[in-house]
Amino acid sequence: MPMNEENKEFRPLIVAFCCNWCSYAGADLAGSSRLSYPADVKIIRVPCSGRVNPMFILRAFERGADGVIICGCHPGDCHYSTGNYYARRRMALLFSMLEYIGVENGRTRVEWCSAAEGAKFSKTMNEFCEKIKSLGENVRLGDLRCKN
Amino acid sequence: MQELINRLKELIADGTVVRAIGWKKGDMPYNPEPAYFEKPEDFDNFVYDGFCGANLSKMMIEAAKLEGKTAVCLKPCDTYSFNQLIREHRVNRENTYIIGVGCRGKLDIEKARKEGIKGIKSIAGVDIEGDGDVTFDTIYGEKKMAYKDLMLDRCHVCKGKDHVIFDEVIGESKDTADADRFEEVIKIEKMTPEERFAFFKSELSKCIRCNACRNVCPACSCRKCVFDNTKFDSQQKANVDSFEEKMFHIIRAFHVAGRCTDCGECSRVCPEGIPLHLFNRKFIKDIDTFYGEFQAGKDPEAQSPLTDFTFDDLEPKDAVGRGDK
Amino acid sequence: MQKIGVFVCHCGTNIAATVDVKKVVELVRYEPGVVFADDYMYMCSEAGQEKIIEAIKEYKLTGLVICSCSPRMHEKTFRACAEKAGLNPYMVEVANIREQCSWIHKDKEEATKKAVILARAAIAKVNLNTPLKEGESPVTKRALVIGGGIAGIQTALDIADAGYEVDIVEKEPSIGGRMSQFDKTFPTLDCASCILTPKMVEVNQHPNITLYTYSEVEKVSGYVGNFDVDIRKKARSVDADKCTGCGECSAKCPLGKIGNIPSEFDRGLRNRPAIYMPFAQAVPAVPVIDRANCTYFKTGKCGVCAKICPSKAVDYEQQDEIVTVKYGAIVVATGFDIINLDKFGEYAYNESPDVITSIELERLMNAAGPTGGHLERMSDHKQPKDIVFIQCVGSRCDSEEKGKPYCSKVCCMYTAKHAMLIKDHWPDTNITVFYIDVRTPGKNFDEFYRRAVEQYHVNYIKGQVGKVKPQPDGTLLVQAADLLDGKQINMKADMVVLAAAIEPNPGVRKIATMLTASIDNNNFLTEAHAKLRPVESPTAGIFLSGMAQGPKDIPETVSQAGAAAVKVIGLLAKDHLKTNPCTAQCDTLLCNGCSTCANVCPYGAITYDDVQVMDHGLRETRRVAQVNLALCQGCGACTSACPSGAMDLQGFSNRQITTEVDAICR
Repeated sequence: MPMNEENKEFRPLIVAFCCNWCSYAGADLAGSSRLSYPADVKIIRVPCSGRVNPMFILRAFERGADGVIICGCHPGDCHYSTGNYYARRRMALLFSMLEYIGVENGRTRVEWCSAAEGAKFSKTMNEFCEKIKSLGENVRLGDLRCKN
Repeated sequence: MQELINRLKELIADGTVVRAIGWKKGDMPYNPEPAYFEKPEDFDNFVYDGFCGANLSKMMIEAAKLEGKTAVCLKPCDTYSFNQLIREHRVNRENTYIIGVGCRGKLDIEKARKEGIKGIKSIAGVDIEGDGDVTFDTIYGEKKMAYKDLMLDRCHVCKGKDHVIFDEVIGESKDTADADRFEEVIKIEKMTPEERFAFFKSELSKCIRCNACRNVCPACSCRKCVFDNTKFDSQQKANVDSFEEKMFHIIRAFHVAGRCTDCGECSRVCPEGIPLHLFNRKFIKDIDTFYGEFQAGKDPEAQSPLTDFTFDDLEPKDAVGRGDK
Repeated sequence: MQKIGVFVCHCGTNIAATVDVKKVVELVRYEPGVVFADDYMYMCSEAGQEKIIEAIKEYKLTGLVICSCSPRMHEKTFRACAEKAGLNPYMVEVANIREQCSWIHKDKEEATKKAVILARAAIAKVNLNTPLKEGESPVTKRALVIGGGIAGIQTALDIADAGYEVDIVEKEPSIGGRMSQFDKTFPTLDCASCILTPKMVEVNQHPNITLYTYSEVEKVSGYVGNFDVDIRKKARSVDADKCTGCGECSAKCPLGKIGNIPSEFDRGLRNRPAIYMPFAQAVPAVPVIDRANCTYFKTGKCGVCAKICPSKAVDYEQQDEIVTVKYGAIVVATGFDIINLDKFGEYAYNESPDVITSIELERLMNAAGPTGGHLERMSDHKQPKDIVFIQCVGSRCDSEEKGKPYCSKVCCMYTAKHAMLIKDHWPDTNITVFYIDVRTPGKNFDEFYRRAVEQYHVNYIKGQVGKVKPQPDGTLLVQAADLLDGKQINMKADMVVLAAAIEPNPGVRKIATMLTASIDNNNFLTEAHAKLRPVESPTAGIFLSGMAQGPKDIPETVSQAGAAAVKVIGLLAKDHLKTNPCTAQCDTLLCNGCSTCANVCPYGAITYDDVQVMDHGLRETRRVAQVNLALCQGCGACTSACPSGAMDLQGFSNRQITTEVDAICR
């Protein structure tokens, strides 16, 4: 999908689900360290990456998100011991299915980021925004955009 | 078929079971319906032939709650579904008497229609014991088709004719598998993203949300489906947009992933002819590739892949961009 | 519909400089449910909180949204404030417009737009919040300390002196840890054993302390205040009740003389028998049989120790024993070791016995060590005349595969100590230290190091050693670069001492996983807040003490040990703990009884019961999920796994998250 070159630069809408214990804290650390990333990213706090139901991700796309990223603790370090393992499996299957129905690769991402990795969080968000910008506006999963 | 009817009558007469679930003749020779049989007269309408594709295992969820045991006729593929239902505590095994019925493949009337056969008065050559071609007696004359060419797509990728759970087996089976289960999935994976999207868009836009696929699926046995659940903000009924229903199919396939036994009922009952099994088989193929071969319903003790994990599971980023592996 | 009040904080200029706070207030004033919106300088201050309380009372607010710093900072503050005003504390949500907005975005218009979106998401969520009540859980008044080095010992003593029961689990046969292997300690140069052994004895005799040595933690379940721990007491093959510590068994063990079992305590510099006490002052003074190397266990022959033991304490049949004990708090004090030097072949550590590590040097200089305190080369037992110390071996390393990125903190000081002690005994030894920087961050530390340079004339060269080459005549050739003079140096040495990087004890990752305690990529346990909560793990009930949390010397270790002990005491002093009310909840009318949720719950908090339900006039007995609120930690794994949506998570319910998504994607 080509970028909208008409009048304004394309600003993607990116939803990030961050687990409270690791990645949300990592995001806070990126903040305290003043490591910027685009304002296109909006973070939703969840207790664990395992809390993220594929329905939330599809809902985000359906409502107009251009990219969705799920951040959690590194496998093995989950605060609730096993949540991120289930998230890993769920997301692997979901991403593969989205690719299968023709959604562009790269609109979804999973990143494991610990509470000490503020720089990694910022870098990941910057990369992801660039990727989504290059993919352009999400049309394939957005046919019920309730823009009100 | 007579042996089956006799045995069912016997089981009711000697009190082993109070009722039986099987198929009865429908209004046309090619659409028998699932039905309860209790009195000996009921069996006058009993039929078990090549058009009995319906999976009766799901009916046991409610039937097993009735007073007294119920006998149920399960084809080999149906028994996997039944095992899965036992695993999820949805069905009372104690109250069920399973007759594993023989099968040589089940038939799809749409295939006959595609050949231009219409105005059917009667059909011969579709009984369970039997070998030759299928003969249609139509108002336009007699038409013949090979049994194999009439078979449902799912029978061409049959998992095997062994019943995985039964109390007794009646009738012989014949192997019918002659194609690769994941062939269609692989063909789609090889397409470009644009082609894939166009394909699914055209297929899914036919959906009228009749919910037949959900209603027939044994894995879709939730008391209240998430799509009717007001607590999830996902309840949808009207087909407002041509592509709205995309979410329904993906989510339903996801919810049954790891539990779907690939019985093929969803595609068989879809009035629009949407190849729904392509979603389920994609999940099955992915699960087999990523987490080891797994057949739901084979082993009632096995842990479903989505409620299991290993420390070395692949990363989601490695689940995509695999080409046609 | 709720009556929601929204407060937007300026946080001085932290938020206000990049977010137009007044505009945010304007734009959220008309959101569904909002009846009041205002801004203020510092919401968390007394005055700010007063404003909240006033607004709640005046407008009869049922929900509160604070747009401020991260909820991880002040959610507790604002919840407590709401409670004071009579509003249920769980009707409060915080929108993070500082760490995740004003501090990372530079353009004011963008940042303001984003702040409004985040505020809207929080408002949408609060609209669906329901009042929640915290539960109570009891506290087992007993602490567990994993690790019996100086950190674990000090923590245990402090907890025990406060009147609480504490257990130490140590995997070696004796407590004491690394410090027991040292000779003298900086900056006071007192003898390590002299200051450590009294504490070891105190621990052994303290009525409130139970020692589990030669034991390991095998399984941990439960949560803060109520941990269940399985401890494996490995079989010593000696009955501790009968043993008097006479040492006859070790003295008579044939492998003591003819065997070749390297002594772990002496870092392989000498051998030990198969039945042994690691060192003379071991606590407990009960030997252990190394079954892997013992002749009796390998071949069935020998059995000398059992025969000559005057108390008949040797027991070859002894088995490992597993005990399960309940604890309210757990302290991790697992300590450190030095890294493996296989990747540093340039220093010839594996080639020449005269290239040793600093900790091996400690053993050589220790009067109870393999050479009786006499410094000699391990190759020909001659006294070394020229010694070279190489600093930062594996520390501050660029390459992740080779070494560690961090500074090990203690090496500059202990090398200065070694140099001065050697010079004290053998004044005509030539000592050169190759360093990158000399770090002396503690009290009296810099004076200590300057003594080495000015008084003892230790030759400090700022440079890096490229190679150590063993020469045919038995000496070592050290090739280095002098970075200040800018020249190459080829120096002859009789002994080279490597200050190897420290790393946390390798077994700690397994323990961290068992405790679900955060651990970083260097295997140091992560603290809850680097500055304000350095001795607590983010996981409630787990505390950190010593090198397990990061490189530190003995004075700091003892400080931190005390700090950890105080936190433990603070926990154990409570009779009840408040439990998190954001727990899972099953709608029994929708539940299928499929057990999917129970299969994914990490805490075993879900059980299935047959329950009578009344569903639209139909009375039935159904198998449904029941959540044990005492065990549920609110992770939500069950909620995502539930296909029908019958299982939901209070505080982060399906509808709440969906509405946040909707608000953001508007």
